[in-house]
Amino acid sequence: MAERHRREEVPQASSALDDKGRALELLLPGVLAEFEPEIVSTVNLVAATVKPHDISAVCRVAKEDPKLSFDYLMCLCVVDYVEHLQVVYHLYSTTLNHMMVLKANVSPDEPSLPSVTPLWVGADWYERESHDLFGVSFEGHPNMAPLLLYEGFEGYPGRRDFEMPEYREW
Amino acid sequence: MVDINTEGQLDTVQMMVNMGPQHPSTHGVFRMVLWVDGERIVDLEPHIGYLHRGSEKLCEGELYAQIVTLFDRLDYISNLNNEMVFCRAVEKLMGLEVPERAEYIRVILCELNRVASHLLFSGTFGIDAGAMTPIMYAFRDREKIQTMFEAVTGARMMHNYIRIGGVKGDVPDDFSQRMGALLKELRQGIDETDRLLSFSEIFLARTKGVGVINAETAIAYGMSGPSLRACGVPMDVRKDEPYSVYDRFDFGIPIGEKGDSWDRYYVRVMEMRQSMLIIEQALEQMPDGPTITPSRLVLRPPQGEVYVRGENPRGEIGVYLVSNGADKPYRVKVRPPSFCNLMAIKELLKGTYIADAVVILGSLDIVLGEVDR
Amino acid sequence: MSALETLLLVSVILGVLTGLSVVVLSLTWLERKFLGRMQMRMGPTRSGPYGLLQPVADAIKLMAKEDLLSSWVDRVVYWVAPLAVFIPTFMIWVTIPIAKDLVIQNMEMGLFYIIAFSVLSIVGLVTAGWASSNKYAVIGGFRAAAQLISYEIPLILAVLGVVMLAQSMNLQKVVDQQDTVVYALIQPLGLVIFFIAGLAELGRTPFDIHPAESEVVGGPFVEYSGAHWSVFFLAEYINTFAIASLTVLLFLGGWLFPGVSDDVSALGVLVFLVKTYMVILVIFWVRGTYPRLRIDQLMSLGWKVLVPLAFVNVIITAVYKFYEWPAWSLTIMSVAILVAVVWELSRRMRTAPTPEYTVKLYVPVSEVSNAG
Repeated sequence: MAERHRREEVPQASSALDDKGRALELLLPGVLAEFEPEIVSTVNLVAATVKPHDISAVCRVAKEDPKLSFDYLMCLCVVDYVEHLQVVYHLYSTTLNHMMVLKANVSPDEPSLPSVTPLWVGADWYERESHDLFGVSFEGHPNMAPLLLYEGFEGYPGRRDFEMPEYREW
Repeated sequence: MVDINTEGQLDTVQMMVNMGPQHPSTHGVFRMVLWVDGERIVDLEPHIGYLHRGSEKLCEGELYAQIVTLFDRLDYISNLNNEMVFCRAVEKLMGLEVPERAEYIRVILCELNRVASHLLFSGTFGIDAGAMTPIMYAFRDREKIQTMFEAVTGARMMHNYIRIGGVKGDVPDDFSQRMGALLKELRQGIDETDRLLSFSEIFLARTKGVGVINAETAIAYGMSGPSLRACGVPMDVRKDEPYSVYDRFDFGIPIGEKGDSWDRYYVRVMEMRQSMLIIEQALEQMPDGPTITPSRLVLRPPQGEVYVRGENPRGEIGVYLVSNGADKPYRVKVRPPSFCNLMAIKELLKGTYIADAVVILGSLDIVLGEVDR
Repeated sequence: MSALETLLLVSVILGVLTGLSVVVLSLTWLERKFLGRMQMRMGPTRSGPYGLLQPVADAIKLMAKEDLLSSWVDRVVYWVAPLAVFIPTFMIWVTIPIAKDLVIQNMEMGLFYIIAFSVLSIVGLVTAGWASSNKYAVIGGFRAAAQLISYEIPLILAVLGVVMLAQSMNLQKVVDQQDTVVYALIQPLGLVIFFIAGLAELGRTPFDIHPAESEVVGGPFVEYSGAHWSVFFLAEYINTFAIASLTVLLFLGGWLFPGVSDDVSALGVLVFLVKTYMVILVIFWVRGTYPRLRIDQLMSLGWKVLVPLAFVNVIITAVYKFYEWPAWSLTIMSVAILVAVVWELSRRMRTAPTPEYTVKLYVPVSEVSNAG
């Protein structure tokens, strides 16, 4: 049963962008042209993939450009695709009421990105959490102390190759 | 911290006080290390992570239907809202249509959960300020709501009722009458607690002007929900990006002006009344029909990713779901509202008194279950 | 002193201690039941009929509890502090009459003696906070010191107002002077000041910032457990009873009641106890209703509002006495001042005449109401 399923092609989710998403999809290649983004649409959002060292500049453009004005950082997370780690930023604009996704791929051996805390203070704990759970380091972060895990924890539990500890039955 | 010399007066030493993981007023296992000069807080450092259970990692090893129970336990006071946002994420990814009756039942239960959560907030906020009576009234009303939940979902908390594709089962036959009676009792109860606490002079002295945050700072921190609306920013997912059937109801959102603790408290009291308005309209409009779109137990959504926002009682919850076509999700990330609200605590508490620290922390209405996940 | 007199003294002391303990037990039961009923719940019901044996159960529990002592407390001070709190509260009862001629030792300077002794227990609280070697206890101790010292002044001045009316510090004479009109009617301002300052002296809500349970978790008492803590507990309730009795004696006519002859001691005691328990119920009622004030708000209330009011009270009493105006003039002056102060305070706290709504309902303009 599982084999048959593996041989079948994995279906892709269909895109369901609304008007604002489509408008953004047309707008983004122009505004972010210097960073050569890769614009894809996920199911309901527009995603732009940029190079890791550009993240700070891209976020600044996203925040300050009047057509974008993403002044609210919704979420910052890391997804572990085994060959690379993908840092995902979800941005929202309170004035224009649209959302986009920014992605950056870093290598799992030396994951390092510039921090966006100068732009959005609320990125502080997200970056600490990503560092705890995935080992991604953010340059320029004011205080990279462990947030969710205790000091001295070895390993990065968020990664897919983290072995869940076997608990002994008493 | 070393001696500070205040303009040639007495040499004072700052004292480090640990409002530790065990404290009656930190609303969960939350640790704040305060450096105080007398009664004034000079510096503080929050420590979270005492309730970290690795929920997001656990989700990667469970079937989609099983994850609903995990989401129940994130923000353990507004269970149904959490379930709803996850089920909406999966439904959006799969393009699954939910029957209308199920949508209405979901909205009614989520709004009732919002009332229950705000009742708990107003009771515990009263205790933080020192009033020991409002919590008894609030919990009496909460008991009535939980009895209604038990009748509909089978459990007082941790309902596991909103499933992918709809809701688990239909509501009891006398649901409308019982809800009508319940809403009447709730209105009286809320008015009673309101009269007792909201405009009491001592309460106003404790909360007005305490813990003020302005709108730009709040948005920079990513605050959401009643804490942000109290600063004057009219952000509410139910109005900005109406999901489910929220666009069919006529309700307002309370907006504050000053961004202090009293505004945060009163926004929630008014929200309770608006929620009851929504429930009444939903009860009238609810059609008959099926309550779930049948789907396989072992769901295999298509490959893709989706980010869905919902309005929790505490703020805006977001679920980022990445699927690679398997029966278990590839990555589930929860964007908890209390996490972002709590980030502002350092700025809110500097320069206030220890007694104010308790009131401000209470007014943010955090639940450590979702801060730590 | 002969052996008989020593024996008499010891038995009197034991008798007073027993009586006060019985009163304290009844007060704990009353508080829990009364607060419970106000909060829509039952209060104790299991131990004994109507929970009447609950205080006994509490006492047994407190005695049987393990007396934990951290290793770094200051042993001597830790043991002395509860005594320093308890003994003054007990010594006050030497001169409080509960009926005509029913007092251990009536003194001509009775009120002076009472006030002098009640101040001593503050030392006990501060040393308890210090000896516990716990930062929360120290914070609570400092708060207690600041609060209790500042509220002594309005208390003393309110008592001074009564002394000026009665022209004597002898408590029995004060009560005897109230056989026509109680002083509460003549000097309502004094009653209000005395009651509020008394509440603050007791450390009861809304002035219970120093043992605030939701912040410093017990303040100076946090490290005390079992029998040690029960001494503090006893002292607090005896103090409550003392303040209530003083209110009754000074302002509400003591054991006098129209139509009841005051020669019969038992009836006098009964009237006195009924009045005192009524005042105590009001104290419990306030506890259930109000949140607590922050320490700086408390201090500003004490120094900026109550102290000037107390001085004004003394002045208008002096004026009334000097010009020998009729008694109701003092009533009118007191009430006028009270109303003016309450109005001004409420206006400053922005609650009167209508509360200031800073939260409004907002309905977005672009809302589309779909008819389904």
